[in-house]
Amino acid sequence: MVFRQRGRADVRAVDGVSFSVSPGETVGLVGESGCGKSVTSLAIMGLLPKRGVRVEGSVAFDGTELLALPPDKLRALRGRELAVVFQDPMTSLNPVVPIGTQVTEVLTRHRGLSNGEARREAADLLRRVGIPDPSRRLREYPHQLSGGMRQRALIATALACRPRLLIADEPTTALDVTIQAQILELLRTLVAESGTALILITHDLGVVAGMCDTVHVMYSGRIVERAPRHDLFRDPRHPYTGGLLASVPRLDQPRGARLEPIKGSPRDTIPWATGCAFAPRCPNRIEACTPEAPELVGERHALRCVNPLRSAPEAKVVPR
Amino acid sequence: MSFPSDSPADPVASGEPLLSVRGLKVHFPVHRGVLLRRVAGHVRAVDGVDLDVARGMTYGLVGESGCGKSTLGKAVLRLVEPTSGTVLFNGADIGGQSPEDMRRLRRHMQMVFQDPLASLNPRQSVESALTEPLRAHGFTGDRSRRVRELLDLVGMPSGAAGRYPHEFSGGQRQRIGIARAIALNPELIIADEPVSALDVSIQAQIVNLLEDLQKELGLTYVVVAHDLAVVRHVSDVIGVMYLGALVEESSSDALYAQPLHPYTIALMSAIPIPDPEVEERRRRILLTGDLPSPMNIPPGCRFHTRCPFRQPTRCADEPPGLREARPGRKVACHWAEEIAAGSIRAAASAHDPTATEVGTPSP
Ligand SMILES: Nc1ncnc2c1ncn2[C@@H]1O[C@H](COP(=O)(O)OP(=O)(O)OP(=O)(O)O)[C@@H](O)[C@H]1O
Ligand SMILES: Nc1ncnc2c1ncn2[C@@H]1O[C@H](COP(=O)(O)OP(=O)(O)OP(=O)(O)O)[C@@H](O)[C@H]1O
Ligand code: SF4
Ligand code: SF4
Ligand SMILES: [Mg+2]
Ligand SMILES: [Mg+2]
Repeated sequence: MVFRQRGRADVRAVDGVSFSVSPGETVGLVGESGCGKSVTSLAIMGLLPKRGVRVEGSVAFDGTELLALPPDKLRALRGRELAVVFQDPMTSLNPVVPIGTQVTEVLTRHRGLSNGEARREAADLLRRVGIPDPSRRLREYPHQLSGGMRQRALIATALACRPRLLIADEPTTALDVTIQAQILELLRTLVAESGTALILITHDLGVVAGMCDTVHVMYSGRIVERAPRHDLFRDPRHPYTGGLLASVPRLDQPRGARLEPIKGSPRDTIPWATGCAFAPRCPNRIEACTPEAPELVGERHALRCVNPLRSAPEAKVVPR
Repeated sequence: MSFPSDSPADPVASGEPLLSVRGLKVHFPVHRGVLLRRVAGHVRAVDGVDLDVARGMTYGLVGESGCGKSTLGKAVLRLVEPTSGTVLFNGADIGGQSPEDMRRLRRHMQMVFQDPLASLNPRQSVESALTEPLRAHGFTGDRSRRVRELLDLVGMPSGAAGRYPHEFSGGQRQRIGIARAIALNPELIIADEPVSALDVSIQAQIVNLLEDLQKELGLTYVVVAHDLAVVRHVSDVIGVMYLGALVEESSSDALYAQPLHPYTIALMSAIPIPDPEVEERRRRILLTGDLPSPMNIPPGCRFHTRCPFRQPTRCADEPPGLREARPGRKVACHWAEEIAAGSIRAAASAHDPTATEVGTPSP
């Protein structure tokens, strides 16, 4: 997917990202700021602006090609079967409409409930997402709620239509950890009870470890490693994944060991057209890393790297 | 160092804490009405805090958004005026200082901010940003040499001196912010969320830099952050804040081995750990409800509206003070001993339904 801006070079934000998610499954997309996570989710939902953006490829939802769908059909699908929760709920909630109306509207429009039924169900939804005193809250406006409450209200509207696919883009990044734990619990229950397929986007490896069946690690617009979560955390093979895991302090491990940062910054990334984008920061870099970009290879545990970390048990960054 | 000598008396010898805070309160008045502005209430951002920071140590302050961490840090530097209480720095009461004396004292106490861009002037080169404090405090040595020295200390090339903040990445800007903070050879650095604005892959660089500088320059730190894993990594002592007050204080290792306050227990059980096996095994204590408004702090124990261990007596009407429950461990909970012993357990509703056992969590 390419952003075109007048007078500036095109930005190739996301490049050949492929993944699939089944009912009742949670798929994680992790990576640092700017690696293309949100652009990917917007593209799936058809929410990217029409002008100045070129999207190629295919997004198939239960056999329907979303990229080829006319806008009104897509909008209808979005209200009913596809839902998305963003990091900042203020951007998705209408500030001048009470929370209750926003939830009941979804229920009357998409599920054909009567107003009375919708109000009862809305109150029930708010209760389920952990909002105390739901009948009173239904009358309040988004700005009267705290950040955590707003995020829960937004999840309630997303749940109202019982979506078959939910994309949660950093749903808890702006929240405190105790509130985050509540919201993640809610998402887990949703997936387990209603078989919703969940795409969870985050930069927090801890959140991924507790939530996702399959994890995709993104770097600079491409997936560089993909594996079932146990494999990924036990045996990270891509130097970027290994580097991320070695650089975050862990609460459950003895203190005092020095952290091993990844050198440089995401700014030091090179275009994929000139080789592996991670090469300038990579401790495993060899001749073969440029100028040809490596392909993503492998089935169960897929890698985009010509000189990966040695396999577990002692997976460790090998110095150059 | 080539500074005029205005160092507080006898900085090294005494065994006293470098920083000592007693009964510190910062209450912000909240006004209502446009014409007749009346005080409608007070935000009790910091509501009676006592703490000591020993020389050369790192004191970590954690707690949820809005609990008063930043306000406490600023009140220590008198960047906000405390409502009451005392702050002793090197034995000197910063409350009684004239503006001129305070300016001089501040040389020894510096702040590192979350967003390095906000604290750097975009039109000021790195060199000028670093020489400004030197000039202001009458540094008489070779300024451009000192600038190169500082850049070297924070791991930046000396060529950075002539460049401007926007030319650097977030991590590099934070290095410049740190260079500025250490320019005057301070004794105390208050770092407010020093890594939370940075990309995950470079947070470790800044954490390591702060640790190296501490060793090299003998700095004392107060690190304010909401990321417990980071705070735990860097701190010797940790204070846990809830709604303006310390609810637990302990050495970092002991706190993580066994948290005593129900809030700390819940907080630690909520932190995701990047290991699926650990995530599946651990027991979570979920809190319900939201943080009450700091304008309206609950009576009795300030945590009782969300506490999964709440008891029918004492919790709602008797405020628990911060007391020494075990040697070196302070906690503000009436029932800490019973909770630690397992004779008081968390309400079943607080448990993550996927977890199996009921009881206090072992992290
Ligand atoms: N409208 C736009 N025009 C041009 N470039 C854009 C636009 N939106 C995003 N980009 C670029 O696309 C890339 C990916 O952005 P995206 O928002 O997907 O990142 P992200 O992984 O979601 O990051 P974050 O963690 O910060 O949310 C970035 O380099 C960004 O600068
Ligand atoms: N100048 C001010 N006037 C009025 N209220 C204030 C002022 N500064 C802070 N507050 C309030 O005091 C409380 C504590 O704020 P503070 O910034 O210290 O919290 P914090 O723990 O640093 O939170 P965060 O993690 O979000 O940075 C908050 O409720 C805040 O809204
Ligand atoms: S392809 Fe080369 S540069 Fe890229 S991650 Fe692998 S080893 Fe490193
Ligand atoms: S005093 Fe009571 S309400 Fe407060 S933390 Fe202890 S058990 Fe919970
Ligand atoms: Mg994003
Ligand atoms: Mg703060």
